[in-house]
Amino acid sequence: MNCTNVQRLLHPYADGELDLVRQLEIEDHLHECRACGQQEKSLHSLRDALAAPELYYHAPAALRSRLQVATVPLRLRQRRILPRLVAVAAGILLLVTLLGTLTRVLWMSADDRIANVVLADHIRSLQVNHLTDVESSDRHTVKPWFQDTARLDFAPEVPDLSEEDYTLKGGRLDYLADRPVVALVYLRHKHVINLFTWPGTSTKDKTVHYLTRQGYHVRHWQRADMVYWVVSDLNDQELDDFVQLFQQHAAR
Amino acid sequence: MQAHERKLFEQAMVPHIDAAFNLARWLTQDAHAAEDVVQESYLRAARYFHSFHGGDGRPWLLGIVRRTAFDWLGKYRSEAIASYNDETHDRGDDSMNPASLAIREDEQQSVRSALEDLPPQLREAIVLRELEGLSYQEIATVAQVPIGTVMSRISRGRRQLQQRLAGSSQEKLP
Repeated sequence: MNCTNVQRLLHPYADGELDLVRQLEIEDHLHECRACGQQEKSLHSLRDALAAPELYYHAPAALRSRLQVATVPLRLRQRRILPRLVAVAAGILLLVTLLGTLTRVLWMSADDRIANVVLADHIRSLQVNHLTDVESSDRHTVKPWFQDTARLDFAPEVPDLSEEDYTLKGGRLDYLADRPVVALVYLRHKHVINLFTWPGTSTKDKTVHYLTRQGYHVRHWQRADMVYWVVSDLNDQELDDFVQLFQQHAAR
Repeated sequence: MQAHERKLFEQAMVPHIDAAFNLARWLTQDAHAAEDVVQESYLRAARYFHSFHGGDGRPWLLGIVRRTAFDWLGKYRSEAIASYNDETHDRGDDSMNPASLAIREDEQQSVRSALEDLPPQLREAIVLRELEGLSYQEIATVAQVPIGTVMSRISRGRRQLQQRLAGSSQEKLP
């Protein structure tokens, strides 16, 4: 390869954009030809200078937060590029789009947030093979465990529903929504039911609410100052039966 | 946009805010305009996200950024774009390279101004290649030009930088 060809291909060579054969040919030539070798050194030096971090403009924090936090429509009033109407309409779209997780969390009701953590915990309990801390179908073993071993400051109801074919599998101490909670595990024909309970912040009773998330059925209610959340992949009917039975037995 | 699409958009586009701003800043040479361009680009990206077919979101987003930036240039700095043409620039300055040139760290400022002085099309190619580390193929995607054009713009951009830097260091001599 002669100097003219090498000079022509020096830049794609330096960028690693040539096929192996030509890459090697040029490499050989650069070893032998002093003039071309100098050109390569010069190019190398330029590229080093361009790689200086000072030349890179990072997005200002204000822009970053404008794109990520809910201030887009306000800021759009100052925009110079687009007609205002389009900008506002698109801004709302962007807002909805970009905020994603953040806004989903911020705009969510408290129940939605709890539903998410409860569901995540249910799935985790199935995945990591950590279904129970205390494994027993005897409510007289499970219930004291929470007070004696887990040292909880409340006593969960642990009804025995085995006669109705909802088998107590055991209990687990979890940490959800910034507080320790009791997770009771029941089985119905190999379907796992996680029932979470903790003392509510209000004393008002709530009737049963229904949710479906990612194919899981969720029920929650509040009774006698205790909050209850139930998650399972069990069908609606059987889960409702479970909730009803649980309430009846717990009330005894 | 559906929830899952929104999530995809976030994952594919939001990490490239710096890349978007860097390109917009180098093309417009104006910090405020760059912010506007980036914001506008994200709006456009959200609007046209259905035409993004997965993979690395950076070239796709940067393609929108460069179009938005060139729109801005066309409106406010039309002379800057008009001054460059791949065809006419293909003749002329390619043969001559300046002699060996070592750039010292204290010449950072001259590197910056040399890059600022390049025609936007060459500046774009250099910024995408040297500052952003994109491949020729990715730059071709961003700039919507054939890969051969990318290659000649990069070579030409670097040669012009070398010439400008060689010129500026000679001026400093007593």
